[in-house]
Amino acid sequence: MTVLGGAGIAGSLSLGAGSPSAPGPGTWPLIVSGVLVVLGLALAARARHTGEAERFTRNGLPVAAAVATMIVFVAVVATIGFEIPTALLALVWLRFLGGESWRLSILTSLGVVAVFYALFVGALDVTIPHLF
Amino acid sequence: MSSVLSGFAVVIEPENLLYCLIGVVIGMLIGVLPGLGPAATIAILLPLTFGLEPVTAVIMLAGIFYGAQYGGTITSVLLRLPGEASSVVTVFDGHALARQGRAGAALGVAAIGSFVGGTLSIIVLSLVAPLVAGFALDFGPPEYTALALLGILLVATISGGGRIRALTAAAVGLLLATVGRDDFTSAERFTLGNLSLADGLDFVPIAMGLFGLGEILYNLEDRHRAIKVPAHVANVWPSRADLRQSSGAIGRGSALGFVLGILPGGGAVLSSMAAYALEKRRSKHPERFGKGAIEGVAAPESANNAAATSSYIPLLSLGVPANATMAVIFGALLIQGVTPGPQLVTEHPELFWGVVNSMYLGNVLLLIMSIPLVGLFVRILRVRATVLAPITVLITLVGAYTVNNSVFDIGLVIAFGVLGYLMKKFGFEPGPLVLAFVLGSLLETSLRRSLLLFGGDPTGFLTRPISGTLLLFLLLVVLAPAAQALLHRRANRQNQLDWANRQDQDSRMSR
Repeated sequence: MTVLGGAGIAGSLSLGAGSPSAPGPGTWPLIVSGVLVVLGLALAARARHTGEAERFTRNGLPVAAAVATMIVFVAVVATIGFEIPTALLALVWLRFLGGESWRLSILTSLGVVAVFYALFVGALDVTIPHLF
Repeated sequence: MSSVLSGFAVVIEPENLLYCLIGVVIGMLIGVLPGLGPAATIAILLPLTFGLEPVTAVIMLAGIFYGAQYGGTITSVLLRLPGEASSVVTVFDGHALARQGRAGAALGVAAIGSFVGGTLSIIVLSLVAPLVAGFALDFGPPEYTALALLGILLVATISGGGRIRALTAAAVGLLLATVGRDDFTSAERFTLGNLSLADGLDFVPIAMGLFGLGEILYNLEDRHRAIKVPAHVANVWPSRADLRQSSGAIGRGSALGFVLGILPGGGAVLSSMAAYALEKRRSKHPERFGKGAIEGVAAPESANNAAATSSYIPLLSLGVPANATMAVIFGALLIQGVTPGPQLVTEHPELFWGVVNSMYLGNVLLLIMSIPLVGLFVRILRVRATVLAPITVLITLVGAYTVNNSVFDIGLVIAFGVLGYLMKKFGFEPGPLVLAFVLGSLLETSLRRSLLLFGGDPTGFLTRPISGTLLLFLLLVVLAPAAQALLHRRANRQNQLDWANRQDQDSRMSR
């Protein structure tokens, strides 16, 4: 937080801090960044004796995997259309993250793609990249 | 008066009726399902509202919000599993009643209390909001500066997870709001040379990411598993004795909920807890609470619905959202090209009265649905979270794309989703961040305008009566917790002195 605030201050100064009578583009970000630095320091001072944060355990692994599937989704959706990435993402989440059966996973993934196609391409007519 | 009536004309247009129904059904559903809250659901569904008229969109989103207050009760009572944060206190007595075989009475009283609380709140809202808006028409930049600051600060102090954390989240939100072109000088700020950032960060991907995706990711860590669904619920009608016993609680809960809903940072969660505490304190037999006192269901359920309705007052009359869900609806209105504020009642009367009056209808629909259809909603709980999660994620990702037809926005949603997940892990609430982001540009613009107005003299804020009063109140909000902490410390020392006298334990419990 403090680092972010510091970066904010540096960025604001480079924009021109202005003065109270003639506020420039950097004035407000400078104030906010200053507040952020103070709050960051206060948090750091407290962090030592409060254990409010949850610990990262192996339960976090599915979350990392989930994020990875979404990054792949974004990376390919513009080039190969949304159908295949959608089906794959649903399949991975159902079968591997959710532990559902193969049968249910495949059927649901295909169903999701069909419904999305009908909804977004058919009914709402949005310009999502699609194959057909 | 004629505008009120024309509002009803707006409501009974078939399209609006349909979306009101869709809204309350979705609200009920997400209220029943633990995990996604109303703010998350509204954020995820934002892209679907773009094709709609502004009135229709807000009618639906409003329905989701108050519908969720009804739905959350069902799981609290039957399964001891609050589907919604605002139904947490209902668990104590609601589930106790269910175990005595009186689940029907609890659900019936909750539905009636919700209906009464919601409806009373709409009536007062219709009377009060135009007055507030008329008063606020004279507000200038200094007043808005003070109001926005107060709003952010109150939300940060009241929300869960520690005051400093909440303030930090709010400060990050304010900083994120400055990304993009400066309104006054068109200088580009913090864009890192990225063209997609030149127009600033969009509200939709931030809300979708922090609320929607963040919550889904957080739930992936297996928090909701193995729900045992009871076979059926018999007799949802409460007896006449139940109704007589809870009528006072419904009235008090509605009034308390209305007042707390208006306050920034108040909202449904806080008011349901306050209403429960009030009933317990007033009762001649406080020991009945937690063992199946019907008032313990009636009061919080009336209060959370009254608050869900009255929290529209600051949004629709001042343009300042009072809580996280209102911040998302504020964003939805902005996207529709409607700026909520004092002019709303006069410039868009059909929107204002259409939305307000749709709430009457929504509450009637909910009352009709919740009593006979309880069994149906309970059955929805059998749909496993593992199946729902991928579907919600895909709706979020594809939906984010459709807003601006931009793949960059999907990336933003994922980035903010990860941020939202990490914030939850580290005990930060995303609410203050989103709220501060929404209010950020209003705050900056009005601060800079006021400084220009005062010729750079910050004491100018104190010399104007309204902004001065607001700032004084702001100071109180900042100082009150410090004073409270001091008193607490003194009280604790006292307690250590006479250990035998531990009467304050009760008051601590009810807090």
